[in-house]
Amino acid sequence: MQEELTPEYGPKWPDQRVERMLGALVCMLVGLLLALIVTVFVRGWPSFAHNGLAWFGSGGNVDDQLNAIFLSGQSGAEYIYTFHAWPLIWSTLLITGGAVLISLFSALFVAVFIVEFAPEWMSNVLQPVVRFLASVPSVIYGLLGVLVLVPFIGNDLISEDQKASVAGIISLTGYSLIAGVVVLALMIAPLMVSIFSDGLRSVKPGWLEGSLALGVNRWRTTWKIGVRAARPAIVAGTVLATARAIGEAVMLAMLSGSVGFAPNPADGLIFIFEPSRPLAPTIVKNIDQLSSPPGGATLFSIATVLLFSAAIFSLCGYVARRSMRKYGTA
Amino acid sequence: MEFLSPPPPPIRRLPLEDPPAATEALPLPAPNGNGHAAPGRSGFTAAKRSISAPQFSIRRMEIDKVSVFYGAKEAVKSVSLPVRQGEVLSLIGPSGCGKTTLLRSLNRLTELTSQARLTGRILLDDVDIHQIEPTLLRRRVTMVFQQPNPFPMSVFDNIAYVIREQGSRRMRKKALEPAVHSALDRAGLFEEVKDDLDHPALKLSGGQQQRLCIARALAAEPEVLLLDEPCSALDPKSTQVIEDLIVKLRDDVAVVIVTHNLQQAYRIADHVAFMYLGDLVEYNSATTLFGSPREQRTREYVSGAFG
Amino acid sequence: MEGSVTIPPVPKPVAAPPGSGGSKGAVEGSATWRLADRIGLAICWGLGLLFCALAVAIVLYLLVQGVKYLRPEMLTTPAAAGFTQAESGGFSDALIGTLIVAVMGISLALPLGVATAVWLVEYGRPVALARITESTIEAIAGIPSIVLALFGTVIFSSTALSFLSRSSEGVVFGRSFFAASAMLSLVALPLIVASTREGLNAIPRHVREASYAVGKTKAATTRRILLPTAKPQIATGAMLGLGRIIGDTAIIVVLLGATQNFAPVEDAVFPFNYLRGAGTTLTNFVYEASPTGNLNQPEKAYAAAFVLLLMVLALNAAVDIVHRRARKVGTWSS
Repeated sequence: MQEELTPEYGPKWPDQRVERMLGALVCMLVGLLLALIVTVFVRGWPSFAHNGLAWFGSGGNVDDQLNAIFLSGQSGAEYIYTFHAWPLIWSTLLITGGAVLISLFSALFVAVFIVEFAPEWMSNVLQPVVRFLASVPSVIYGLLGVLVLVPFIGNDLISEDQKASVAGIISLTGYSLIAGVVVLALMIAPLMVSIFSDGLRSVKPGWLEGSLALGVNRWRTTWKIGVRAARPAIVAGTVLATARAIGEAVMLAMLSGSVGFAPNPADGLIFIFEPSRPLAPTIVKNIDQLSSPPGGATLFSIATVLLFSAAIFSLCGYVARRSMRKYGTA
Repeated sequence: MEFLSPPPPPIRRLPLEDPPAATEALPLPAPNGNGHAAPGRSGFTAAKRSISAPQFSIRRMEIDKVSVFYGAKEAVKSVSLPVRQGEVLSLIGPSGCGKTTLLRSLNRLTELTSQARLTGRILLDDVDIHQIEPTLLRRRVTMVFQQPNPFPMSVFDNIAYVIREQGSRRMRKKALEPAVHSALDRAGLFEEVKDDLDHPALKLSGGQQQRLCIARALAAEPEVLLLDEPCSALDPKSTQVIEDLIVKLRDDVAVVIVTHNLQQAYRIADHVAFMYLGDLVEYNSATTLFGSPREQRTREYVSGAFG
Repeated sequence: MEGSVTIPPVPKPVAAPPGSGGSKGAVEGSATWRLADRIGLAICWGLGLLFCALAVAIVLYLLVQGVKYLRPEMLTTPAAAGFTQAESGGFSDALIGTLIVAVMGISLALPLGVATAVWLVEYGRPVALARITESTIEAIAGIPSIVLALFGTVIFSSTALSFLSRSSEGVVFGRSFFAASAMLSLVALPLIVASTREGLNAIPRHVREASYAVGKTKAATTRRILLPTAKPQIATGAMLGLGRIIGDTAIIVVLLGATQNFAPVEDAVFPFNYLRGAGTTLTNFVYEASPTGNLNQPEKAYAAAFVLLLMVLALNAAVDIVHRRARKVGTWSS
């Protein structure tokens, strides 16, 4: 093949040149990520600067504050930055935490089932099902939730008395915490299932066979040895799913309610029916704020918090996996 | 130990002296015309046996005309053998002769392969093992594998894992300590690890790991101990330690060891079964099989004509 | 000299002791486990069946509603103002919009992703840079798409990039197909990198060494031998990335403008007038047509969602076919 060789100078694409080009490309990517982090933080800084740590606290109605911020930007008078995001943060914690807990439990059992205990016909059905559920766009989950689940909750699950009991504060329409948690759990579970089952499959078969040969039954062998050896994969899957859950904007915008309200556990069981709005959907719902400087800063500040939480979760996962290495893993 | 019937009187065996050591390897005797080889000597006897005659032997397991099929292929062809407590039984033969398959069928591990089929009977204390629940059977007949496979936990937890699974209630660590120490002691590992029982098991040396696996197998208080080439992945010094250990154990458990190392079989076995391509060619005491084997194929194998 | 030990006749087997009795010669059944273990297995079955039931329910429900509401003219008519759902046209603009962002997004992501993967696998010096790159790709995978969208607004609103979108009175609008596709390519990038790396790593070392041994450069080896061999994995990655691109809504909502029709830029030449302008995609259309959005036309939402789901299912099936074909061809015997 003569095409790559030029007569005097050797190959037209010498390795050094290619390596440098590819290396430059990769550096550009890294630079892009850094630019993203810096830009989001810098743009959001005014909101943090004006609010200080109270940004994370509660105080006043979040929606009113957002309105005031927007209007102040339009009017050209002194910008207002006052923003206390606690209701949004609380909503994020509740919805993400609830969804990840439910998902973790179900995904672990389903993964164990697929890898070890399901008969062949069942796992041949389950694996495509899991792949399918993972690939459904979030807006379709949102649509089904809004048109099927929300009316069901609003009309059938919540009784009139319950609605009356909190009527002064908030109206229960079915756009609720529980709707968000259930659909979000369904969205992130397939991701966990595939990562968990990959982890379970890569456990050294010698360990499992050794345990069976000692008279331990298959169920306990799978859980005490297999799942234990696959713990790094479980942590990795959970971290990934949590990051996905925190960042989910569109589906939750459609389902969780459009009010910046902090659901109150003191209300008793009703609190799962209360609407709220986590951080990511807040950005989507208030995207018009970008045109006004203080509004834009507020949105970017929320984005900074999102980035930061995803990073912290990854770090926790990394630390957890490091500590698991002491006794050895798969 | 529970006997189903009173133990037979101890069989007094005359201590056998080593057959005269050959100074050079003897050539194979020329085969006679009738195919039945004249009894001759094999050149095997330079090794020294590290095992003395057994004090007693009680029949624990009975293998009765067992054949194992993987799909259409017959891996083990109608083998019958006894397994006795108080002695070491060694299965020898070239690769692919079915000795590992036979071993694995003794604790029903062959059932883990989907296409395995077994005909014939295997009895443990006169009960067909296929009538016993598999996990119960595997606690009475435990196995040590070729590759040491300690679990990814501490040394203590590896042994405690077996003991915990036997009981029906959660046991505290203090309650488990005596049993764990005793198992480690029987495996000859206690002295080396007693200072730090929380040491990760995967960080032990190969020989120590294998002894840990033996300790684990002993912690289940088995009646029969199966060993599948336990020393093939180890260095000679660890091999010697484990061989001494095996000889010590034979009074407590019936030991069946598969090995392709003929010298090892000569060193530690009381009875040897030579298998070839699934058939049991010869079953004899070790000194006889190595010193003056009956079958032509046995003689060829132990003198190294093939393998 | 001892003869072989004769084996005395086998004693008759005693009746099996009580409490035993598992399945005869079969894989260990759960009948003999403790209650807690059996409850666990029941939970496994229950959850597995629940997943299947949910998947079937989703598909069937969308199928029914989609068939009920989807009319062929919806696919060919753009949206229009109207009082009833029948009068307000269809979502052809959305459909074409989805195809546009898909093509543009993947054509950006594929070369970038493959190049990054090749660098990681074949070159990878200095090692620190390789580790940083791996972390970068993982980080990009973990960034919520709404944050990517916000970042996109900053980039594309700069005057340097005003040629990629509309500007009026010196203010760059920053919303266009270019902007959306660029950010969407970041969404697909990690998937392509991961799949390509897997494909390249699966090729054993001796194949590369055989090529170097006849004097080929690394670049030539990669281009002529390694990448063609890794084609199934690259294709899989591309299709997975495509699935994520057409399913993303947040970036579209922010970076494509809030219209339901194409809004081409006036003074540019085709096709750049459309690509620089605003528009919509199926996901955006479903979002707007749902009760949360501005249109509130649930029937159209169902129809569009149905079309979107069909596209996603088709992509999934294609991934499956590629996998099966690759498995039939076989792999290296190393």
